[in-house]
Amino acid sequence: MTAQSSKAPVRRPDAGALTRAQRWGRRAPLLPALLFVIALTQVPFLFTVYYSTQGRNLLRPDSGEFVGLANYAKVLAEPHFRNAVANTVVLTVSAVALSMLLGIALAVLLDQRFAGRAVVRTMLITPFLVMPAAAALLWKTSMYHPVFGLVNWALSPFGISADWVSQYPLLSIIAVLTWQWTPFMMLIVLAGLQSQSPEVLEAARVDGAGSWATFRRVTFPHLRRFIELGILLGTIYVVQTFDAIFMITQGGPGQASTNLPYFIYLQAFRAFDVGEAAAAGVIVVAATIAIAMFALRVISNLFEEES
Amino acid sequence: MTTAIAAPPKTKVQGVAGLPGRLRYRRRLPVVGILAWLAGLLFFFPVLWMFATGFKQEAQASTDPPTFLFAPTLDQYRAVLGRDFAPYFLNSLSASLISTVLAVALALPAAYALSLVRIPAWRDSLFFFISTKMLPPVAMILPLYVLATNLGVLDNVTMLAMVYTAMNLPIAVWMIRSFLMELPKEVLEAARLDGATRRTEMWRVIFPMIAPGLAATALICFIFAWNEFFFAVSLTATQAATVPVFLVGFITGEGLFWARLSAASTMAALPVILAGWAAQRWLVRGLSLGAVK
Repeated sequence: MTAQSSKAPVRRPDAGALTRAQRWGRRAPLLPALLFVIALTQVPFLFTVYYSTQGRNLLRPDSGEFVGLANYAKVLAEPHFRNAVANTVVLTVSAVALSMLLGIALAVLLDQRFAGRAVVRTMLITPFLVMPAAAALLWKTSMYHPVFGLVNWALSPFGISADWVSQYPLLSIIAVLTWQWTPFMMLIVLAGLQSQSPEVLEAARVDGAGSWATFRRVTFPHLRRFIELGILLGTIYVVQTFDAIFMITQGGPGQASTNLPYFIYLQAFRAFDVGEAAAAGVIVVAATIAIAMFALRVISNLFEEES
Repeated sequence: MTTAIAAPPKTKVQGVAGLPGRLRYRRRLPVVGILAWLAGLLFFFPVLWMFATGFKQEAQASTDPPTFLFAPTLDQYRAVLGRDFAPYFLNSLSASLISTVLAVALALPAAYALSLVRIPAWRDSLFFFISTKMLPPVAMILPLYVLATNLGVLDNVTMLAMVYTAMNLPIAVWMIRSFLMELPKEVLEAARLDGATRRTEMWRVIFPMIAPGLAATALICFIFAWNEFFFAVSLTATQAATVPVFLVGFITGEGLFWARLSAASTMAALPVILAGWAAQRWLVRGLSLGAVK
């Protein structure tokens, strides 16, 4: 799966035999990238932590004063923040789960032989490639519109009709996210299906296992790591969803579809409340670290196979 | 191989001696193809609709029932292009291209150091890169905004390109590293036995072999930068605004001009769609950071 075929890095002299200068010489190519990433991600984050202890408003540049953890207390007590946390969890869990289930189903279909498979695969991956902001606008206008939208038109034979965005804001967003992320999940699961060793599958058949038994006993265990990877990467991205919320619902109606990224954006760029926005940002990072620990373990597992 | 997804019909099922005829038959049931085609069309339909609507007159764009047959017109494209679409497009193009070039240029040496050279703590460095992808953009936007304001580079394409570079570097490092790890060891050893210096080895041996991988990496970086919305909306206003920011103008002011909106969306989305179609076989590899082939 990670299948990096050449196992050990080529140059592996005894590390102890290296002089200090040699070690820095080897490390040198890594440094520009490392410093660049640190400068643009870690350093800003440390500043965010600093801002979170300041009572600071961008409209009053000299307003910074140390307020300790007051911003955290304020944010945590805020119902809007808790609502944003709940929405983020609902959005992420549903969109990732739905797109993974659909992705598995589609990958299984695409793993079979049929006429025009390449065309179908191309059509299926397109939603993932469409600029999310454009996709969001498309759904908001052409698909969800209560009068002229295609969703209502398609559902009218079943007697279903709604003003999707204002009546079911979260559901509307979840549907768009699922549409966009299913291709991603499908691609990863499909890669898993196609990397199965044919010998093992043949052996299972020769041993008399039916299609379902083979899938359950052989294919699924093999797929597990691909599914984990897909869920992990999907979660990392879907948690940060901003485009769809900004474009389709503006977090509304009310706060009904405000997720954490949008909440912080509003605090920072509409209310200009840097302190609270920063505190919310730090809380999000703390929560993310908890999830990321698990995530890194998954990646780590993938990675172990290499060495 | 990476070609797995594009692979021609596999041999694994065919012609296995003793395979029950029932199984062989079931593999060819037309229902699979029909289902797959239906799913494909369903998922593709909104994009197709967006594409089609861009060629309608406004009156045909919002009708009940929807208009399926119409005489295509280029009016909407003319209107969008007349509305200063070009600067946004150029901003997107330069921010994406600059960041792609920078990301690949910085990632290649880093990936080299993390794969073919033994450096201390290589594993930690590798994980550090990927862990920054888990840091939500919202956690760093404020300082970046303040920094840009103080440096006078708010609403500046170069600033945006720098942010995109940092955003894409971890992906690029992981991806390029996975290509380097796949180089046949024998070739590298042979080159060194022939007395190649590290520099010649890099330019004459490694570079040509991973060129397709570098192209794939660049493409993934370009796609992410081109589609990026959050930083673009937060860090640009008028001068450096990118295509996604241009689209924001449609949510309120021109909410009723669906055909024009569709033409604009099509132009915004098309470069990446075409690039993604062309590079399908690399897509999964890049999206999974090289962990999956």
